[in-house]
Amino acid sequence: MCGIVGLFLKDRSLEPELGAMLTDMLVTMTDRGPDSAGIAIYRPAEPGQARMTVQSPDPARDFDALDHDLGEALGCAVSVRVQDTHAVLQMPETRLDAARTALRELRPEVRVMGAGGSVEIFKETGLPADVARRFDIAAMSGSHGIGHTRMATESAVTTLGAHPFSTGADQCLVHNGSLSNHNNLRRRLVQKGMSFETQNDSEVAAAWLTARMQDGADLGQALEDSLNALDGFFTFVVGTRDGFGVLRDPIACKPAVMAETDRYVAFGSEYRAMVNLPGIDTARVWEPEPATVYFWKH
Amino acid sequence: MQTLDMATTPLREVNATLQAAKDQTNATEWEVLNPRGSHAVAVGLDGPISVTVRGSTGYYTAGMNKQAQVTVAGSAGPGVAENMMSGTVVIEGDASQYAGATGRGGLLVIKGNAASRCGISMKGIDIVVGGNIGHMSAFMAQAGNLVVLGDAGDALGDSLYEARIFVRGSVKSLGADCVEKDMRPEHAEILRDLLARAGIDADPSEFRRYGSARKLYNFNIDNASAY
Repeated sequence: MCGIVGLFLKDRSLEPELGAMLTDMLVTMTDRGPDSAGIAIYRPAEPGQARMTVQSPDPARDFDALDHDLGEALGCAVSVRVQDTHAVLQMPETRLDAARTALRELRPEVRVMGAGGSVEIFKETGLPADVARRFDIAAMSGSHGIGHTRMATESAVTTLGAHPFSTGADQCLVHNGSLSNHNNLRRRLVQKGMSFETQNDSEVAAAWLTARMQDGADLGQALEDSLNALDGFFTFVVGTRDGFGVLRDPIACKPAVMAETDRYVAFGSEYRAMVNLPGIDTARVWEPEPATVYFWKH
Repeated sequence: MQTLDMATTPLREVNATLQAAKDQTNATEWEVLNPRGSHAVAVGLDGPISVTVRGSTGYYTAGMNKQAQVTVAGSAGPGVAENMMSGTVVIEGDASQYAGATGRGGLLVIKGNAASRCGISMKGIDIVVGGNIGHMSAFMAQAGNLVVLGDAGDALGDSLYEARIFVRGSVKSLGADCVEKDMRPEHAEILRDLLARAGIDADPSEFRRYGSARKLYNFNIDNASAY
């Protein structure tokens, strides 16, 4: 199954509550997938600064003195905020690519969850409530975010197999469904020089979108094109720096409900996920159409 | 009026209470509060009772219904009134996918829109939709009537058996072996009765009738591409 949620705030006064609202939505979806959970949250960007969320199987070892080591390698100031198995690194945006390269040398077991000016991505195995507690998601403010709770069907239950998957700077994807041509697509993407961390089909979808955008498509076009390239079932929610999007495959058997008020746009695998949102009783509630790309932007 | 509040009463207790109301009951009027998208609300009822659910529900609302009249004053999730045998289920808002699937009898009224696969494999149920229906509706429908006041999506009535489909608006495409048929007086009469029972004011003459061409019933090599 899997459960996915998304929340895009129009009313800035709700921003301090974004993490708490997303956590509540995701925890409600626990029985759609108790294996692992993750959230991408978009926080206020600082001009010229980038952030990178990294994960380590041994945080005590890898995050110790990471600010000093990485700062020295990059020749700039790097700040490190550790949250359980993850750390959010802040640095000048011009140093982001160099940081990826340096990290492979300095901390070979560290994996990059996502990077950009605004996005932070946290994901782990376990129940959504436990994962959210470990990262203190409820205390986070932000303008929008997406979340996923996983019931694994085709690859191992690991941190790296959890969603969201990064698709590029400030972009990420969560997926409910299963792809049937992901092995072929992965082989082709590997030939193009892309690398994969897992056998997960959703990672392939994220990488396919990334590759399409590297070829010049914008995210909306890449999503449109994915309708032809991806074979299988999917409801996608994608996060971008200034908004979020939704796409269902043409068969649309994976559920999706949306709600919109003057204050927010919300997505849930089920209506249940949204029942605690303010003003839900008078919100416009509808199901997104199959094979139709939806986008909301600030 | 008896009231069950799902904010304080567990789902199983709500359903067990409603299921216990059999033929010889004085408590015929029920109200269920705070469903908050819960699954399987008011399933398996088998008594001449009337249940109003105040709010939107999740999967399988009023599934396997017999005799009872269930009204959802909100929208319903996937599989509403699945395998209904008799009685009436009314959704004031929209219904998600496969509404009325495999239903054998009774009347399902959806005042808003229904999503994909509405009436899939229906076997005698009557379904009246006030708005539009999604793709693959009435797929393999065997018996009963599907009435749509709005538009129908792709592949309507694919691999249809003997169910009748009446659509007032446009049909995006017909599925394999589903064809438009003449609306004869007896069909207009069936439609008039269904609209009246659904409490919907519409003129039967504005509808078109669709049914099975019956070309897929037996294997015919000339139809190989349609199978």
